[in-house]
Amino acid sequence: MSILVDQNTKVIVQGITGRDGSFHAKQMLDYGTKVVGGVTPGKGGQEINGIPVFNSVKEAKEATDCNAAVIYVPAKFAKDAMLEDIANNIPLVICITEGIPVLDMVEIKKALRNTSIGLIGPNCPGLISPGKAKIGIMPGHIHKSGDVGVISRSGTLTYEVVFNLTANNIGQSTCVGLGGDPIIGTRFVDVLKLFQEDPETRAIVMVGEIGGGDEQLAAEYIKRFVTKPVVAFIAGRTAPAGKRMGHAGAIISSGDSTAEAKIQILRDAGVTVVDFPDEIPQAIK
Amino acid sequence: MKIHEYQARILFAQYDIPTSQGDVAQTPDEALLITRQTGFPVVIKAQVLVGGRGKAGGVKVVGDEAQLKFEFNRIKNLNIKGYPVDRILVARAIDIKKEYYLAVTIDNIKADVVVIASAEGGVEIEEVAQTHPDKIIKFYMQGAKTLDESRWAPMAAQLFSDPSLQKSATSILQKLLKLFFEKDCSLAEINPFVIDEKGNLMAADAKVIIDDNALFRHPELMALRDVSYEDADEIEAKEKGLSFVKLEGNVGCIVNGAGLAMGTMDEVNLLGGKAANFLDVGGSSNPQKVLNALMILLRNKDIKVILINIFGGITRCDDIANGILTALKQIDIPVPLVIRLTGTNEKEAKELLTTAGLTTFTSMRGAVNEAVRASK
Repeated sequence: MSILVDQNTKVIVQGITGRDGSFHAKQMLDYGTKVVGGVTPGKGGQEINGIPVFNSVKEAKEATDCNAAVIYVPAKFAKDAMLEDIANNIPLVICITEGIPVLDMVEIKKALRNTSIGLIGPNCPGLISPGKAKIGIMPGHIHKSGDVGVISRSGTLTYEVVFNLTANNIGQSTCVGLGGDPIIGTRFVDVLKLFQEDPETRAIVMVGEIGGGDEQLAAEYIKRFVTKPVVAFIAGRTAPAGKRMGHAGAIISSGDSTAEAKIQILRDAGVTVVDFPDEIPQAIK
Repeated sequence: MKIHEYQARILFAQYDIPTSQGDVAQTPDEALLITRQTGFPVVIKAQVLVGGRGKAGGVKVVGDEAQLKFEFNRIKNLNIKGYPVDRILVARAIDIKKEYYLAVTIDNIKADVVVIASAEGGVEIEEVAQTHPDKIIKFYMQGAKTLDESRWAPMAAQLFSDPSLQKSATSILQKLLKLFFEKDCSLAEINPFVIDEKGNLMAADAKVIIDDNALFRHPELMALRDVSYEDADEIEAKEKGLSFVKLEGNVGCIVNGAGLAMGTMDEVNLLGGKAANFLDVGGSSNPQKVLNALMILLRNKDIKVILINIFGGITRCDDIANGILTALKQIDIPVPLVIRLTGTNEKEAKELLTTAGLTTFTSMRGAVNEAVRASK
């Protein structure tokens, strides 16, 4: 089994006529994902790689009965794209776009309250259930189906971790990239819960980084509710304090959000924290 | 983006938030001209984008022209945490009766805008928050963009016993919130928020930080950026779509993705080398970005080797490979390149580089070890 997405997930691609949207729509299709449609306002009626393009999410949903949407539109249009998905009650929304204003995300989180819609991202690589479906931008071929669940705040660092798992013949149930922004939809604790409940996930890998308080909340949750083994890697141990390292959320603002503090809190919760990404396979075996 | 106090005061004025009369000056003569309007005493304050200017001697109340000239020149020659003082705010000195704290910011975990207020304002506010959290009021907006006055009223009453001050503080908070939302702030802070000699509430300082991601909506604010606070290479990198932070070491790093860039920096440092920088070429990379990144790195003469660590996702490895090949043709690269490429279009990339006689690594540890070795 896997969490959130599988071979039955029907996804639409918002921004399918753009450079990234069209490239990754094809990559997803080639991987076996059911990409049932695309949305670009004003370009309805076209086809991209055999995928029908619609003018709106509403039209796309009526025509395809999709149950997931992935967003590749530029930052200034991303809020409206997400609001469109929420208005049309698309159960799972994955937002790849980076650079979205924080107050836009405050609005999105408000719109998500009292709905059962799951938002992954923004500024994230998406998610993949190897062998079943990938929704996002990760290279499919580095993954292998198996029983380790992966949750990460990073994109490329997640690929690094997965690459090492696969090279050591350890497959993954689902890999979820949460995104690096200060305000994101789905957080560590949400995915930890799903992996804990998933009978085919045996162990969990967490990839965190400096800044913010999510790893601390995750540690708290693990201590109370997670019985499966958890291995973690935290990036930014040698980052200079107060310098912005690309992710808006990764600013060391208080003592607690340093890598060392997070590592300690996770260890106290029973998590095995490794020094290098290529030590994860040994730790999770 | 941080802006100076005098710039934040201009925003405050636009939103009708009371501040004491004053203006910014670069010379003692300009300062003197301002005092014609304000009278004496005035407070003169160094305009620097780093904290702790008061403790560094960058703030002074002066009572006459001679003292103004003397102190102005003294502050102008200060260096506060590595930054020279270019501009000085000159404002009527307020006879402060009591100091409060008022700010609007974002609580990321709750994904909500929060008003923070305290009757214990001033420079020790962070200590108050640590030792007496009960003296800090946190009021969540619950997704609203305007103040729910009935919900706020008990907070105002907790801060001020005088009903007219409650009313005045509420009105100022409404304006501060309007500014916060309309200008896409991540922080709008008044500390200290004071009662002056006439019993009126006033902003005795102004601090505003604008969300960089939202600057596209505010061309008028983009002009407020003080580039003297940013490293020239870092500014150029930003203009070219690269995220770059200069560090002390000699292993130049070009990586895609912030997480992997951080992980690469950590791995270089933990395996006995010293990273010279953090550089994220970002997603959707085009070959030009690699050329730009190499050019910026090569200006740093400490660099002994350049490690290129790419894990292709949205970034395609062949784009990066083409960028490397273009760079080799166009510029002189006097240090060894250690290249690691894995992921999207990896095969095409390796073919391109192998044809050109370059070797590549598949594992990150292998590449980092080689780069550290070459840096010694």
